[in-house]
Amino acid sequence: MELLIGQMFAGLSLGSVLLLAALGLSLTFGQMGVINMAHGEFMMAGAYTAFVVQQTISDAGVSLLVSIPAGFLVGGVLGLVLEAVLLRRMYHRPLDTLLVTFGVALILQQAARDIFGAPSVDVRAPGWLQGNIELLGAPIPLTRLFILGLSLLCLAGLVLLLKATPLGRRIRAVVLNRDLAETSGVSTRRSDQLTFFIGSGLAGIAGVAVTLIGSTSPYLGTNYIVDAFLVVVAGGIGQIKGAVIAAFALGVLQSVFEYSTTASIGKVLILIVIVMFLQLRPQGIFSLKTRSLA
Amino acid sequence: MRNLLRGRLGTAAGFTLGAVLLLGVAPAVLPAFSLGLLGKFLCFAIVAVGIGLAWGRGGMLTLGQGVFFGLGAYIMAMHMKLADASLFGGTGVPDFMSLYGSGEVPGWWEPFRSPALTLLAVVLVPGLVALVLGLAIFKRRVKGAYFAILSQALAAAFAVFLIGQQATTGGSNGLNGFRSFFGFDLKDPSNKLMLYMIAAVVLLLALAIARQLMHSRLGELLVAVRDQEERVRFLGYDPATVKTVIYVIAAVLAGIAGALFVPLVGIISPADVGVIPSIAFLIGVAIGGRATLLGPVLGAVGVAAAQSSLASTFPSFWVYFQGLLFVLVIGFMPGGLASLPAAVGRWRRTPASASTPDAAPPSSTRPAAPDLPAPDPEAPDPAAPHPEAPDPEAPDPAAPHPEAPAKATRPEEVSR
Amino acid sequence: MWVSVTKRAFIPLAAAAMATVLAGCGSQIADPASAGSTASSGTTCVNTSGSSIKVGFINSLSGTMAISESTVFDSLTLAAEEINASGGVLGKQLSVISEDGASEPTKFAERAGKLIQQDCTAAVFGGWTSSSRKAMLPVFEANDALLFYPVQYEGLESSKNIFYTGATTNQQIIPALDYLAEQGTKSLFLVGSDYVFPRTANKIIQAYAAAKGIEIRGEEYAPLGSTEFSTIVNKVRDSKADAVFNTLNGDSNVAFFRQYKSVGLTADTMPVVSVSIAEEEVPGVGLDNVHGQLTAWDYYQTLDTPANKKFVAAFKAKFGAERVTSDPMEAAYTSLYLWKAMVEKAGSFEVDKVQAAAGGVTFEAPEGLVTVNGENNHITKTPRIGKINADGLIDTVWSSPAAVKPDPFLATYDWAKDLAK
Repeated sequence: MELLIGQMFAGLSLGSVLLLAALGLSLTFGQMGVINMAHGEFMMAGAYTAFVVQQTISDAGVSLLVSIPAGFLVGGVLGLVLEAVLLRRMYHRPLDTLLVTFGVALILQQAARDIFGAPSVDVRAPGWLQGNIELLGAPIPLTRLFILGLSLLCLAGLVLLLKATPLGRRIRAVVLNRDLAETSGVSTRRSDQLTFFIGSGLAGIAGVAVTLIGSTSPYLGTNYIVDAFLVVVAGGIGQIKGAVIAAFALGVLQSVFEYSTTASIGKVLILIVIVMFLQLRPQGIFSLKTRSLA
Repeated sequence: MRNLLRGRLGTAAGFTLGAVLLLGVAPAVLPAFSLGLLGKFLCFAIVAVGIGLAWGRGGMLTLGQGVFFGLGAYIMAMHMKLADASLFGGTGVPDFMSLYGSGEVPGWWEPFRSPALTLLAVVLVPGLVALVLGLAIFKRRVKGAYFAILSQALAAAFAVFLIGQQATTGGSNGLNGFRSFFGFDLKDPSNKLMLYMIAAVVLLLALAIARQLMHSRLGELLVAVRDQEERVRFLGYDPATVKTVIYVIAAVLAGIAGALFVPLVGIISPADVGVIPSIAFLIGVAIGGRATLLGPVLGAVGVAAAQSSLASTFPSFWVYFQGLLFVLVIGFMPGGLASLPAAVGRWRRTPASASTPDAAPPSSTRPAAPDLPAPDPEAPDPAAPHPEAPDPEAPDPAAPHPEAPAKATRPEEVSR
Repeated sequence: MWVSVTKRAFIPLAAAAMATVLAGCGSQIADPASAGSTASSGTTCVNTSGSSIKVGFINSLSGTMAISESTVFDSLTLAAEEINASGGVLGKQLSVISEDGASEPTKFAERAGKLIQQDCTAAVFGGWTSSSRKAMLPVFEANDALLFYPVQYEGLESSKNIFYTGATTNQQIIPALDYLAEQGTKSLFLVGSDYVFPRTANKIIQAYAAAKGIEIRGEEYAPLGSTEFSTIVNKVRDSKADAVFNTLNGDSNVAFFRQYKSVGLTADTMPVVSVSIAEEEVPGVGLDNVHGQLTAWDYYQTLDTPANKKFVAAFKAKFGAERVTSDPMEAAYTSLYLWKAMVEKAGSFEVDKVQAAAGGVTFEAPEGLVTVNGENNHITKTPRIGKINADGLIDTVWSSPAAVKPDPFLATYDWAKDLAK
């Protein structure tokens, strides 16, 4: 029982990490069609932001709270630069964006190594996040709970932004019909930039969050990127609710597989499940209704 | 001279020149170690020929070629391990199995004791896997980004799987320490030379096949599918079949390359088949010119050679350089080096008309950026050569207006 | 028919090319025994005529293993400089050629081939992961060259072309188990990264445990580089074992220890013995997370020997006061000095003479006196159990009363009979 609850929570928690990593992608990939392989490196940048902030503000609690907006800014600005310098020329070449951003990812990784050194750095968790609460005898780590809360908060913020603000309406309009939006006076250029800023900023927040559970190293991003893409693909392009369901489903499935087999086999099984799922529903859990033939 | 390079005679001349360079000059002038390296590069070049077909010509971003390369390589490696074990050990059990496993050869290794079955499997297994995947993916009209991400996930899963099965696949160590190749002693320098020669000949054959394909009906359909899949479907062709056939061919080429890689390099490990090597296969192809015949080959050999000579001296610099290559070539020169002379010529003639094209797919009606260094990066692939241009090393600067020629759906080309 | 293959010039050309290839065939193996033992075709090209002698360093300076291996490269560099400053080897200055293994076994094999065949180095130093060593082994054997491998490893190997200056299992893992048994440990949980060293080490631990009545409550592997340990940590906690034996590698340790701590497990409730965390890794893992946990090595920076004081001071002087020294760094430093001693005893740089002279060669290393065992090319070492202190350094809490002879195949242990068939 105790173990069951522990495992259930492990799955939810893994799902929330995946969701945080995938939310931004769901915007940039799902809504703009850009396959940003450097998304993981934006996470890494967020994680190093947390490290730098902690060097200046030694109180781990305050620095964590400062790091979240700071990470958002750092990720967002990196995204803006990437969009302005490279990606805006390539919106109609989605496959090429994958390769270009892979190059950017390599450069960012090496830059992190040259700036911060190859060994991973330590970002301390604040005292109030150390330890755990007991739920029917199962320990629920506070850091995990914090990440779960943070991811739900980001999700709520994003949904609110998209559904309830003029900016969000413009973004959605551009996604649904770029030409019509432009004809109606929406600046697509501007909406693209903002979408990318927010999407990359979310990666920065995800990076800050994962410093609480893992290592902060130049290779941090590579651990998350493929999984994050699978969440978006399985959820359905441009579908935030799809991404949410996919993230938590994959999280729970993975911890079930991992528990009943081994970590390696669990990973392989997850990938097989996704490939099979896409056979049944090539458009993902939810799909955008378009008049496209494919 | 230009006329000589065109047409069949030009192809034959180019092919002969390649054969003389690879089979005659290189073995004569290169020391044994460098020749071995070149052999390894040629294996990458064979993979590149397939990627050039599938990606350059077909628009399928094959991010999972490491899987097919790995299948071919592991099949060959398993055979060589078993053969060594019976030749030298007497027990017939490869050394690592008794070290890490039960000391018994698992059933699925047994078929690879036979040299004939091994050679057959090197071709068939990657081919069949690609066939199943291709049918599953293309028939369901999963395309573009989904295909790329799934291929990548597959490469990741393949590597994780290999690492996890240490007792039967050698785990992260991979398989190595081979002493014989179909009975030939691998220490003998003349046998190493033979291996190199085989790789060179296979590459030449692959090029010959790729050229035939590019000039065939299938090849033209392929370009048409890349540029306008729906129109091809309306014309009564099945794009999925076209794509699957080419995907299988690319996979078989990768599998053969993997099988040659093992005796030449002496090791295969999961680090050679995962996500990173799969992407790395692409960069050479992109640099050389993805849609040309020779571009991918020269690009793959060039990048591998550069990496070999630069990476050890400046490891940090090399990573930046590799990253920049991806960014600059794909971002600003999608046609690769092969498109450079044509691009320069065009730019000289019509610098102002740099941003015209309507060649992009309908989803993109974004205004073209006026400040691009490469004249026509907006077209999906400005480098697709005119079908008659035989040699991407010397793309014809005086070729007809380059904005148009890639469109295989142009009437005169379809009717050829 | 889509593909119309018409007659083209290259078909006969291809046939001609094939014929060329077949004409180039070399010897087939008629008699395996002789083929196996024939010396390499490439006779050594080492140039001993000048005032300097080439040696090769091969370490991952890029990729995931660069974190650890660049430190080994640093200490090798220090040793080479010291040796050159004191007159070189047989009067010749060392001229170092460095190659990057890029954390890939295939690269290691290729680059080792270059160091031997193209650069003609007299000996090569480096390698870290088991896969890098396994990849290089056939290259060194085929070319009859020398490799000095400086990292603790899983044992069950011995080659006349490799000198192993790190610990084998009976100098690290078995003493750690002895220590745990001595402390009254009755049950263990094994956690490792999914690759050769942890799997082989755990096989040995299982055999030991079966013989000594220690219960193994679980054995879990995480993919290399994995940062998700919820499930494994849940299993560990649920097992209520007395201690955890940790063979995780690199960054996985960070995630493991953080998540271990967050479910309320500590060094007091369930101690973790790690065999891959050294001084170098502690800051990255986070001192908070590993303070008080145990490690098993043969060298710690805090060792109180004159040779170590000199080594640590020289290292800090060269690379900065904030740098620390660790077991693999010390073993690498020692390996260069051991090679020097072997060459000087042999009076030659030739591989077979160095091999013949190797047995019994000693060096007053930072970890204490080490002696090369001529039978298996390993060295004697003194196993030490350490505890991570508040400064992030490691204090020795137990040390073997005498240096332990290397026994890579565990031939002297009854319970290990079935391991090394």
